[in-house]
Amino acid sequence: MTPVIEVRDLVKVYGRGENAVAALRGLSFQVGRGDMLAIMGASGSGKSTLMNILGCLDRPTSGSYLLDGQDVGRMTRSRLAQLRNERIGFVFQSFNLLPRTSALENVELPLIYSDRFRGSVAPRARAALELVGLSDRAHHVPSELSGGQQQRVAVARALVNEPSLLLADEPTGNLDTATSREIMEVLCRLNDGGMTVVLITHERDIAEYARRVIVLRDGQIVEERVGGRSPVTATAGG
Amino acid sequence: MLRTWLLLRVALRAIARNKMRSALTVLGIIIGVGAVIAMVGIGEGASQMVQSQISSLGDNLITIFPGSHMAGGAHSGAGTRSSLTEQDAAAIGAQVPEITAISPVARAGAQVVYGNQNWATSIEGGDPDYFSIRRWQIESGTGFNESAVRGQAKVAVIGKTIADQLFQGVDPVGQTIRIKKIPFQVIGVLEAKGQNSWGRDQDDVVIVPYTTVLKRLTGTTYLGQILASATSMEALPQATEAITQLLRQRHRIPAGQEDDFTVRTQQDISNVMGSTTKVMRGLLAAIASVSLLVGGIGIMNIMLVSVTERTREIGIRMAVGAKGWHVMMQFLAEAVVLACFGGLLGIALGVGAADIVRKTANWPVLIQPEAVAGSFLVAAVIGIFFGFWPARKASRLDPIEALRYE
Repeated sequence: MTPVIEVRDLVKVYGRGENAVAALRGLSFQVGRGDMLAIMGASGSGKSTLMNILGCLDRPTSGSYLLDGQDVGRMTRSRLAQLRNERIGFVFQSFNLLPRTSALENVELPLIYSDRFRGSVAPRARAALELVGLSDRAHHVPSELSGGQQQRVAVARALVNEPSLLLADEPTGNLDTATSREIMEVLCRLNDGGMTVVLITHERDIAEYARRVIVLRDGQIVEERVGGRSPVTATAGG
Repeated sequence: MLRTWLLLRVALRAIARNKMRSALTVLGIIIGVGAVIAMVGIGEGASQMVQSQISSLGDNLITIFPGSHMAGGAHSGAGTRSSLTEQDAAAIGAQVPEITAISPVARAGAQVVYGNQNWATSIEGGDPDYFSIRRWQIESGTGFNESAVRGQAKVAVIGKTIADQLFQGVDPVGQTIRIKKIPFQVIGVLEAKGQNSWGRDQDDVVIVPYTTVLKRLTGTTYLGQILASATSMEALPQATEAITQLLRQRHRIPAGQEDDFTVRTQQDISNVMGSTTKVMRGLLAAIASVSLLVGGIGIMNIMLVSVTERTREIGIRMAVGAKGWHVMMQFLAEAVVLACFGGLLGIALGVGAADIVRKTANWPVLIQPEAVAGSFLVAAVIGIFFGFWPARKASRLDPIEALRYE
């Protein structure tokens, strides 16, 4: 079975000539379907750069990144946008919901830019909100919701398009411990349901929710180990 | 494919979020569109008014003036030469088929006296056709007939101004006035024509048989001018040509020598006035268009601010899969909705302003449907044109940068 993510010798260099800074220096790893990977590292380790590339927001300088078997490296901006729309769901540290826009409409956002779910936009968005336990807040705007609730709206938005990959960038960075646990439990539940999750964090206890952990330092993988949850079996997620 | 109503909904919401700012932005377009509509309407009203005044001069009117008098190589003004006679008028009436009515005209300036009142005015001599050629109705009393012309009768039809100035409430018909000490009986009063387009009071006139002017007042045999009516507006050039040929022949002017008379038609006057008012209309529209342009720049300015303010929103939309052109269409739609909004309100303003001008200044403002449709369209195009650059700027943002923007 094709892995969701297949990264080979990934290099990202910013700037040119003498000012060139290598943020990633040859990473290789795979994420199988239904897996849950945590990428750890201190600030400056290159994890944000890696997250941008995995999220198809940026392209590698060299090496290859295959998402569902498709090489992202040579794609146009427009094709990347389509790929983000169809295959990736983002959860950001700062929630990144549209202000003054209801939870429901925030969740609808990816569907607006898609042809796949034409005609079923509102019901799908409602179903996604139900999945994160927020159906009773559908018409509230972000400022009327708590941090945890906002992040759950963001999770609903991330999965409404049925992506291959849920990419969470410090999803608990702005939340207290109890709410963090709540959000991580939502992500784990989704993963149990077969969703492939990549989690980027600098917190060790958050990384423990994953099945596998890789640690970055100076743009290279310095450690690779199993996480706190049992590794995915061949049948999990199908 | 992004659905149109979604685009509109997003645009409307963005506009509604900043009501005050949107209103001020749109004000430029409102004033621009309103100005174009009102100005073009005012210009059109003016030109219609001038045209109707010209047509009130007479019924497909042809005026024949004597040429200028030449003495020692120096031309005097047009009309100074004594070259037109009653016989010329009669010949034109008889031989030019396009002419339906003709009247010799002889003029004199004189003091008109009634009782202890007097008034300096111009005495205009004509024949019975004079009234129909000049489309002039007699309000009370009657005009004079052929036998009055033949008999050099001392009868007068007076203009409204004379009636007001001399008689002051007395019915003038049947009264006697004195012109150069000669008593004339007033037999009719003309309806008021008002000022003509160059400001002369057309009602300040006394009309008598032309023979009376020639024999009793001026003592000459030459006419001041000849007035004629053609069968139609289209027949005017042909009639002019025929009159010119006939008069050259009658005055024995050899080929190559200039005419000793001038033929001018209502069409000529109307053309001159028409081109004048056209220039004025164009000028008004041009000035109004400048304010439309300024309105457009206002829209661009606000759209640029809006793009910067909503950088993060753009980043979020791009992250969830909006392509460059989705973002571009969103901002373009916003600019166009703003501009069209302004266009609609501008139409209301323009029509309202035209109405106020019509009522308060008593100016015949004619709203031109072309100006309404045209300026609305221009407003929409301005929305696209001035919205394009900000929209393109938005569509080219780097999603990573945009997401990080605070």
